[in-house]
Amino acid sequence: MSDGARPPALQMRGIRKTFPGVVALDAVDLTVEAGDVHMLLGENGAGKSTLMKILGGAYRKDAGEILLNGVPVEISSPRDARNLGIRIIYQELNLVPHLSAGENIFLGDLPTRRFPGAIDWSALHDRTARLLTDLGMTLDPRAPVGSLGLAQRQMVEIAKALAASAKASASQAAADDAVPVSRQVKILVMDEPTSALTSKEVTQLFALIERLTARGVSIIYITHRLDEVFRIGRHITVMRDGRHVTTTPVGSVSVPELVRLMANRDLSDHFPKQRVERGAELLRVEGLTVRGVLSDISFSLHAGEVLGISGLLGAGRTELARAVAGADPFDEGRLLVAGAEKRFHSPADAIAHGIGLLPEDRKAQGLVPGLNVARNIALPHGRRLAPFGVLSRRCEAEMAGPVSRELRVKATATQAVRQLSGGNQQKVVLGKWLAGDGRIFIFDEPTRGVDVGAKVEIYNLMNRLTAGGAGIIMISSELPELLGMSDRILVMHRGRIHAELAGAEATEERVLSAALGLAS
Amino acid sequence: MRDPRQFGTLIGLVLLSAALWILTPHFLTVSNLVNVVEQTSINAIVAVGMTFVILSGGIDLSVGSIVALAGVVLGTSLQAGHPLTVALSLALAAGTACGLGNGALISWGGLPPFIVTLGTMSIARGAALLFTEGRPVSGFAASFRTLAIGRVGFVPAPVIAMAIVYAASHFVLTRTTFGRYVYAIGGNEEATRLSGVAVRFHKTMVYGVSGLMSAMAAVLLTARLNSAQPIAGINYELDAIAATVIGGTSLMGGEGTLGGTLVGALIMGVLRNGLNLLGVSSFLQQIVIGGVIVVAVLLDTVLKRKNRT
Repeated sequence: MSDGARPPALQMRGIRKTFPGVVALDAVDLTVEAGDVHMLLGENGAGKSTLMKILGGAYRKDAGEILLNGVPVEISSPRDARNLGIRIIYQELNLVPHLSAGENIFLGDLPTRRFPGAIDWSALHDRTARLLTDLGMTLDPRAPVGSLGLAQRQMVEIAKALAASAKASASQAAADDAVPVSRQVKILVMDEPTSALTSKEVTQLFALIERLTARGVSIIYITHRLDEVFRIGRHITVMRDGRHVTTTPVGSVSVPELVRLMANRDLSDHFPKQRVERGAELLRVEGLTVRGVLSDISFSLHAGEVLGISGLLGAGRTELARAVAGADPFDEGRLLVAGAEKRFHSPADAIAHGIGLLPEDRKAQGLVPGLNVARNIALPHGRRLAPFGVLSRRCEAEMAGPVSRELRVKATATQAVRQLSGGNQQKVVLGKWLAGDGRIFIFDEPTRGVDVGAKVEIYNLMNRLTAGGAGIIMISSELPELLGMSDRILVMHRGRIHAELAGAEATEERVLSAALGLAS
Repeated sequence: MRDPRQFGTLIGLVLLSAALWILTPHFLTVSNLVNVVEQTSINAIVAVGMTFVILSGGIDLSVGSIVALAGVVLGTSLQAGHPLTVALSLALAAGTACGLGNGALISWGGLPPFIVTLGTMSIARGAALLFTEGRPVSGFAASFRTLAIGRVGFVPAPVIAMAIVYAASHFVLTRTTFGRYVYAIGGNEEATRLSGVAVRFHKTMVYGVSGLMSAMAAVLLTARLNSAQPIAGINYELDAIAATVIGGTSLMGGEGTLGGTLVGALIMGVLRNGLNLLGVSSFLQQIVIGGVIVVAVLLDTVLKRKNRT
């Protein structure tokens, strides 16, 4: 700004955001020049999405300031962000499948005839066609979005983000040189836009990005594909644990350096891991395949072992957990429990063979919020508690009591789990499987949204389970936890096991490289 | 009765009765109160089934038509000279079968409960009409009427039937694994499935219970009218839903009690009775009852919002 230089298109300074018990962003800075393609990199949970949600007005920041072209602005709703020329294309697309591309693009702003207020279809299709041509997209404006491929839907979403208001330009339509792409859009955020695209479609997308930046639009691009960083990126910002690590021009950094920047952290957290003699094989998975999701997964789990599973979001970790636990069917492959092949048609079958799943999303999949602590813990054990279907007055409390004492659940047995904190809720889900006699535990993100104290208690519990001869499969997006607690780590990449690292050879960099699909 | 909201409905019933006591001398007499409970018994029994269904996160629109169909089966069988036990068994089996059919289509067919039971509502009604060619069935042995007019002491038989149904159903809901699963499925179906509960089986049974309750109500109704009418039970689904919801059961499932439903059914019964005693026109009655339903649910929602945060 000094020397009369043009101020950057976007400056975010000292952005801070906390959620109950967690600091999601701590004094994060981000500066993006006009016409820049700015790559935003970091592991799962580094804070990229939170930062972009603040920019897009979906979250409110706790502290810090945002400047557009050097002018401080207040963004307190998605509408504010839109009015300031900020557009965000989220990973999950927000389109109405039964409506046409044109209707989706101009939804909420459909051109109408003055009388009787009916949609002016020819104007709509004309505008859509001109917009799409201008963006270099070949799409039928009349095609229902549901009939389009993923890449084309992505295009529709981008066109929607960039479309100028139909009404605003209708007034100048007489001039006929109305630009269908809004001049108003200054900053476009794309969150992993290529995750579902083929390489040809990726090329199309990149060509579009080139055209947009030539017009002065700044792109913020979140990706896990490092090759893309070097293909179209101009600047890189790396985030880690809710902090800004570095911002640098693309040319000045190599792939290994980038991986180190993303992974390197002070390993001050330490984990109470206790190693146990590895025992007999409890579970063997051979060639497990779910078409389009998992291909040819094979591994085994032994007594006394914690098998860590790493991978980026969408790598297939949760899908693997659910297939093994009988929650979802699989197309090919075999499961052997203690050497004997088993077929699970439902979670009940898996539970009968001693497999307990702690699901990824405890609110949606782990708990019945209106039932009390004891009843949640006893839920999988109805048949054992009441062989004839009649529950005696105290039996659930008697089953749950010792378990909740062991886990130190800070609640009474008759409290509805809805009222418990995240950590205590997670302990209740763990308690469901502790109350049984299972020996194979699948923990999907066991410490997500859990405070530090409860985390350590969960780690200690894992130690007790392995010491007692159980085997644990632990899926986690937190690398330190995975490295700290696992005896072995499987790294998944796009539905396959990309690497298997024994405890000693597993480092953050090697795990992360494998998760990114690089040779480890 | 740990839930304070239930006392709210109970207090509502007491206040309503107190108001009627002041407004009309005819309300607070033993014979009128017995009459109210007797009038309520049929709706209250249908509402038991509805409570099971709503607790599990579903809805059953077919209960009124099942009342008609089960009644017609009962009536035809009695008219044909079958013994009472056979006729009763056939009627209860017919109602339960309709309910299990609903449940199977919902659980294994993956169809929305609203649509399935809407279909059954029409099918069961049509079957009842077809079966009887649209005519009422009557001419039963005098002993059958005991079910309607018999008394133990001063308590009418339908009230005794209602008490037994409520006691048994309350036991099932609170003290059996089936009851626990009903709450769990309504509270979070996926978590319940992942806990190894046979969700589809238990959901099917829930609709079976609802069908069975409708058939029991049909028995009492047929006895009271001394004839089986293919057009009986119209709008019973609305009364049962209203009783359940006034009684504090959440339409989202997972929360509620049968005690609440009984109070809800009594509120509707007392309200109708009181409005009749006061000579309020039946047109205006509908408006008042509709208003009470909305206000009851509004209060419930407001209280819940306060408790949650």
